[in-house]
Amino acid sequence: MKSLLFEYVLRLADNGLVLAQRLGEWVGKGPILEEDIASTNVGLDLLGQARLWLAYAAEVESSFAERGRTEDELAFFREEKDFRNLLLVEQPNGNYADTIARQYLFDQWHVLVLAELACSRDPRIAAIAAKAHKEARYHVERSSQWVIRLGDGTDVSHARMRDAVDGLWMYTGEMFTVDAVERPLIDAGIGADNEALAAPWQAAVRSTFAEATLDVPEDSWMQGSGGGGGKQGAHTEYLSRMLAEMQVLPRSYPQARW
Amino acid sequence: MVDDAMAHTMRSADAEAAIWRALGDVMDPEIPVVSIVELGIVRGVRVADERCTITLTPTYSGCPATRVIEDDARVAASKVAPGTVEVHTALAPAWTTDWVAPEARARLAAFGIAPPARAGGGAIVTMHRRAIRCPQCGSVRTEELSRFGSTPCKAQYRCLDCREPFDYFKPH
Repeated sequence: MKSLLFEYVLRLADNGLVLAQRLGEWVGKGPILEEDIASTNVGLDLLGQARLWLAYAAEVESSFAERGRTEDELAFFREEKDFRNLLLVEQPNGNYADTIARQYLFDQWHVLVLAELACSRDPRIAAIAAKAHKEARYHVERSSQWVIRLGDGTDVSHARMRDAVDGLWMYTGEMFTVDAVERPLIDAGIGADNEALAAPWQAAVRSTFAEATLDVPEDSWMQGSGGGGGKQGAHTEYLSRMLAEMQVLPRSYPQARW
Repeated sequence: MVDDAMAHTMRSADAEAAIWRALGDVMDPEIPVVSIVELGIVRGVRVADERCTITLTPTYSGCPATRVIEDDARVAASKVAPGTVEVHTALAPAWTTDWVAPEARARLAAFGIAPPARAGGGAIVTMHRRAIRCPQCGSVRTEELSRFGSTPCKAQYRCLDCREPFDYFKPH
C-alpha cells in the first residue's frame, strides 16, 4: 500500500511540477504584461503545491524503500518514463489560446479532484489538498474567463480557441480513468474517484463553452485512457524535451547550491 | 514542589509572551508594514524544557517569502528564547486572509494596498464583482486590471476617480 501511495502522490506532484514548468516558459514572453505575471503566478502556486506533494512522496518512499529520494532528486533526477503527470499538462504552450485551453481543461478537473482529496483519510493529503484547492479555485475562475473572452471574442480569437480545444480534447479522457494504482486507494478512502469526476467536469465545461460560443468536441479516441498514458509513464514526445531544459542544471552540476 | 512547578509554568508563559512580542516585530518581507503575527502566519509558540517551538503556516503554497519568514522568525525568537528555537510548518487549517488583524487592515490601506474583503468558507469568491475601495482617495468606483499582481497574494486594480492604480490583497 505504501508503494501505491507513493505512486499516487507522485502523480499529483508531477501534474503541478510539469504544468508549472510550462507556464514558466512564458516568463518575459506573455502577450501583455498582466498576463505574463498571471501565468507565472499560477505556475508559482502549482510549483509550491508540487513541492508539498514531492516532499510527502519522498517521506512515503523512505518508509518502504531501502533508500528514499529527496524532493529535489525526485524532481531533477527522474527520467521521462518515471514521470507520472497527465498527458494534457505536458503539451507545449503553442499560442496563448492553446495555453489557456490547456489551463482551463486542467483547472476544471483540478478543483474537483482537490475538493475530493480535502476529505481524504490520509491527513497529509487532506491538508495539502485543502490548501491547494483554494488556489485552484482562483485559477479556474481566471482560465474560464479567458476561454469565454477569447471564444466569444473576435473571429480570429474564436478560431484559435476552437482549434486549441479541438487539439487538446483527446488528452482529457485520461483525467477520468482509474487504474490499478488508484483503485485500492479509492476503496480505502485515500484517493479521489476520477470516474465520478467526469460528469461534474463535463457539466462545468459545457457551461463555460456555451458562454464562450464554443462547441464541445465529440469524444473520440482518448489518449492514455486505455491504461497507457502519462499516469503510467507513457508520455508524448514533448515531455522529454521539456525535462531536458528543466533538469540540465542539477544534472550537470549535482552539487550546485543557491 | 508545587511552587517549583508553578514557577516553571510561569517562566514558560513569560518566555512565550516575550517570543510573541518579538515575532510581532517581524515584518512581512514583501509588505513591510504588517507583521507575520498580524497576517496570521504565526499559529503557535510553545516553550518547554528550554526548547521553543514556533509553528508557522505558509500563505500561498508557492510564496517565495515563506523561507525568508521562517529565517526571520527564527532569528527574532532566538534573541529572547531561553533555549533552542525550532520552526514547524502547519498546513492545516489552510491560511486565510480572514486571519489578518483589524489594525493591520488599516495599515495596509494607509500603505496603498486595499485590504481583503472577507473570504468566508466554501463558496467561490467572485471578487471582481465586489466594490473595492481605492486606498488613495476612498472611491469605490474601481476596476480590476489583472487578477494577479506583484506578489501571489495581490491583484491589480485602478481607481476610476483619482485614476491611480493600486494593489488589492486578494481574499483567500
